[in-house]
Amino acid sequence: MKNIVYILLGTFLGIVLYKSEAASWFRIYEMFQFDSFHMYGIIGSALAVGVVLVFWIKKSKIKSFSGEIIQIPDKEKSFARYILGGTLFGLGWALAGACPGPIYILVGAGNWPIIIVLVGAILGAFVYGLVRARLPH
Amino acid sequence: MLYQPWPWYVAGPLIAIIMALLILMGKKFGMSSNLETFCSMGGAGKFSDYFKVDTKSKRWNLLVVLGSVIGGFLGAHWLSPNPAVDISELTVTKLQNLGFESAGEAYLPTELFSMEALSNPKVWIILLVAGFLVGFGTRYAGGCTSGHAISGLSNLQRPSLIAVIGFFIGGLAMVHLLFPLIFEV
Repeated sequence: MKNIVYILLGTFLGIVLYKSEAASWFRIYEMFQFDSFHMYGIIGSALAVGVVLVFWIKKSKIKSFSGEIIQIPDKEKSFARYILGGTLFGLGWALAGACPGPIYILVGAGNWPIIIVLVGAILGAFVYGLVRARLPH
Repeated sequence: MLYQPWPWYVAGPLIAIIMALLILMGKKFGMSSNLETFCSMGGAGKFSDYFKVDTKSKRWNLLVVLGSVIGGFLGAHWLSPNPAVDISELTVTKLQNLGFESAGEAYLPTELFSMEALSNPKVWIILLVAGFLVGFGTRYAGGCTSGHAISGLSNLQRPSLIAVIGFFIGGLAMVHLLFPLIFEV
């Protein structure tokens, strides 16, 4: 049952990101050119609602659907890994025109060349795992 | 309405609701950690202990990925009679100057994402390097758009703000400084 819910949430996410064109390379380029409000509107309104929902979940101490205590751990404190990793991801995001979610979505949409991007992304994650001890975190 | 592109004020709140539902299921919204799970499943644990994880505990997120593949299929094949993305005129002009004739007429630029484009080895390199940066960068930063820009900022996390600033430093540098060199016509 739970498994079906995960698949349905993913399906819904896929439709939302495809239909709002957040999975379009063109929208990402347009965002980094500051030529349209569209992407800022999506991220901004997601945040506006997200901040309220997360605040409510924490404040109300609501239990999860299966009755467990909900823990939203704080992100580990650091500067180097976020600014360096973030910048590398930003370079890739703008070039591929897709972040990880949309990469999977575009595979489903049948844009086959995105599979090359996906292979590159898995390779990138693998190489990170190999060299992470030598990187500033 | 359903078949038209969805406006930002519909998409944004829906994304936040998906995130909240995942939290209420005792999980979190983060798509890039799946890349590591794929490595672990492929036997990357033989090369680094970092990948020695119990992939069963990550299965739920792989199901979200499976769902998003299905969602992409439905969005593209059932819900989008006209896939052309109506980007601003200014963007179209800038892209045409970079050699992207498909700007304003397709969902993805055919100059990069079509079978014909793949006959050019340069396109393979661009897509592979772009993917590599996405995979390496997100794992280094510990999250991507979903994990940091949506989940982290919704939880008012300073590290996520630093990461998102990084996303923009990288994205702006790519589009403004590197695109003219990569796509020179």
